[in-house]
Amino acid sequence: MSNARAIVLYLHVHQPYRIRHYTAFDAGNKHDYFAAPDGSPQSNADIVHKVAQKSYLPTNERLMRMIQDNPEFKLSLSITGTVLEQLEQYAPEVLKSFQDLVATGKVEIVGETYHHSLAFFYDRNEFEIQVQMHREIIQRLFGQTPTAFRNTELSYNNDLAFWADQAGYKAILSEGWDPVLAWRSPNFLYRPKNTENIRLLTKNYKLSDDIAFRFSNQDWKEYPMTVTKFMSWTKDSWDQPLLNLFMDYETFGEHQWADSGIFDFLEELPKQWLATPEHTFMTVSEASEAFEPSDEIDCPQTITWADNERDLSAWIGNSMQQGAIHSLYGLHSQILGTNDLVLIEDWRKLQTSDHFYYMCTKWFNDGDVHAYFSPYKTPYEAYISFINSYHDLKFRLHEKGIEV
Amino acid sequence: MLGWELPPHHTGGMGIVCYQMCRELAKTGAEIEFVLPYTADFSHINFMKINPAVPHDVDEIHGGPVGIGSTYDSQEFEYIMQDGTKRVTPMNEHQSNYAKYAAQLVTLGEYDVIHAHDWLTFRAALAAKQVSGKPLFVHIHSTEYDRAGGKHGNPLVEEIEYIGLHLADRIFAISEATKATIIRHYGIPASKIEVVHNAMEFEPHELESGTNTNSFVYADTMRKAGYHILVSAGRLTVQKGLTQLLHAFRKVVDLRPKSLLLVVGSGDQYEELIELAADLGLSGNVIFTGRLNGTGQEWRDAFAVGDLFIMPSVSEPFGITPFEALAQNTPALISLQSGVSEILKHVLKVDFWDIDEMANKIVAVFDNPDLAQELTLNGRREMFSQSWKKSADLMMHHYHHHVAYRAEPAYV
Repeated sequence: MSNARAIVLYLHVHQPYRIRHYTAFDAGNKHDYFAAPDGSPQSNADIVHKVAQKSYLPTNERLMRMIQDNPEFKLSLSITGTVLEQLEQYAPEVLKSFQDLVATGKVEIVGETYHHSLAFFYDRNEFEIQVQMHREIIQRLFGQTPTAFRNTELSYNNDLAFWADQAGYKAILSEGWDPVLAWRSPNFLYRPKNTENIRLLTKNYKLSDDIAFRFSNQDWKEYPMTVTKFMSWTKDSWDQPLLNLFMDYETFGEHQWADSGIFDFLEELPKQWLATPEHTFMTVSEASEAFEPSDEIDCPQTITWADNERDLSAWIGNSMQQGAIHSLYGLHSQILGTNDLVLIEDWRKLQTSDHFYYMCTKWFNDGDVHAYFSPYKTPYEAYISFINSYHDLKFRLHEKGIEV
Repeated sequence: MLGWELPPHHTGGMGIVCYQMCRELAKTGAEIEFVLPYTADFSHINFMKINPAVPHDVDEIHGGPVGIGSTYDSQEFEYIMQDGTKRVTPMNEHQSNYAKYAAQLVTLGEYDVIHAHDWLTFRAALAAKQVSGKPLFVHIHSTEYDRAGGKHGNPLVEEIEYIGLHLADRIFAISEATKATIIRHYGIPASKIEVVHNAMEFEPHELESGTNTNSFVYADTMRKAGYHILVSAGRLTVQKGLTQLLHAFRKVVDLRPKSLLLVVGSGDQYEELIELAADLGLSGNVIFTGRLNGTGQEWRDAFAVGDLFIMPSVSEPFGITPFEALAQNTPALISLQSGVSEILKHVLKVDFWDIDEMANKIVAVFDNPDLAQELTLNGRREMFSQSWKKSADLMMHHYHHHVAYRAEPAYV
């Protein structure tokens, strides 16, 4: 056990297969839900190309330099199966740049579901298959086997921790949400209730979101944020071992644009942090072994890292979302029973949580930032294209003579 | 303020808009004298003074607008004279009378501004401006270009609009779409036009239908037998986009044979649309109700019986029917060419010409109760949060500006 103080930088990489404008007339005729033409807002190829240029390539270039310049710098990544597939198909140079990073030995890949789904909450068997699929693609592309786990949208509860413990993971990640932590700080290692070996790392959302959400906000009283300023905030918790900075990878260059100075901030961060001798960086599994858990965390309710509510309401909060997700998982046994791998994969791609997120109406009145992340004009249009795809899945089952 | 109608008499959309607008303007401190071309009992309105501008020897005026959006349908008015005799007066003469007597009225009081609604009041408004020299605000709810369905309409009306728009000190347009029309087709500089969005203020109790049975027994029965029902309501004119709707509905019926379309209203396209429905093989799927009274039970029931309400207008300066549908818990699909689509978020929207997408959205609502429920829930929430406050403040700002900074008396 060290008296070191470690930043655990964890970045999440994901792109869904967005559903094209798919109509009632397509259902029963065409099964190409994800094949939006180039130039349309749902074109997956267009988006991957754009994000590659704005975020993936420049960020990986910086991360590589940070690894080379700072021997102690390390980070953790989770990369979904759906984004890896798209990188293989549309931007192999980006995949190569991730592989180069991992090859340095300074990057840990965190496990999750291949399809970035909410299967854990609806279909436990399907969930385990998707985790296994993810494990396999990570082994194939990166030669690693994940020893830490994060669930979609950082969703977490006691049951998930129990499952991950049984599955042999060393570490699991969650939001460091005050109602769950109560008086405790997110900057310690914890043991989830009813588990034996697994350790819980909780996101320091204050400092993480200063970077991920507030960095370029000119109305923020701390604007402009500098690494020096950020370092001064970390001194408040000088006697606490961890600083868990968890965020979307696309923070760098996509959510916070290059001209905001986000890349320079990122590159400067390890330099200033490591100037103090006790300071270091750890990956999530390393951190889980470096310290003793300071307490047990009981989290019977499901929490996520989203919105002020930190729950799943952005995905399953309204009747469209609930109807859509229940209907989809309701096809489980019929779909798997076909042994039709194309059909099964289409069903899985429809499970990606983003589809349900696009149907969220809770912020629609304010027309706020979430609109930026949706390729549809309204939540209703997102629902219509999704549900027509679902109807087409049923049509395909029906064609095979399966009752639905 | 010069208007053509106020509820509950002769109620078209414009009457309701004027009523709610004046109520809010009065709250912000405006003293309003509302001039109308007919006499009626307005004792329920206490926030402004209402004056009829009618010839001295006329006792009552009958005819004129009845039912929805029909302000412009009525071509003749029946004057009941003080001596008990009756005289049929054509629209043009009725308008001249209004202009003449409105101009007389404005010499009698103190005014700061004149505010006139749509071309029917323009002759009176210009006369009032000439007499008083006060700044004239022209409020455009719809233009002749809109009413003609995006083609040239009645040249006489267009000329009156043209003169009114050019001689106005400032123009209020009820939507961006209307502002664009005024710029493009009447040659008015954009800087002279301010968009003042209509709001529709409803209280939940105002919207209750009061009965549990529906007047449309056939449609109601078919619905219970598994049919889905689409409702449209409005004048059957080119502007309302019903031709496109029938073509879209053909596609709907191809996919979902148990679909019915209820077409509420009458107008100059009535026969043409019946024939088109027949040509498309839709005689069994389309029901034409003819004209219904815009304030009656049947009118409300028409919205209530639908699974979805559609307003497919080619051109619709505003459009209040989506609100009336939501009031009856029926979600709405409206054209992107309507002014109301600029302010409503929780409705489905489509280009009027995109019949494939129109059909797609109709089928989506028919097939998926979750979608209908979410649209209705959020749509009603949005409807009940509407307020005239912002628009009234904007109008007051412009009144004050013109009164305070007017360097020269107006000349006409």
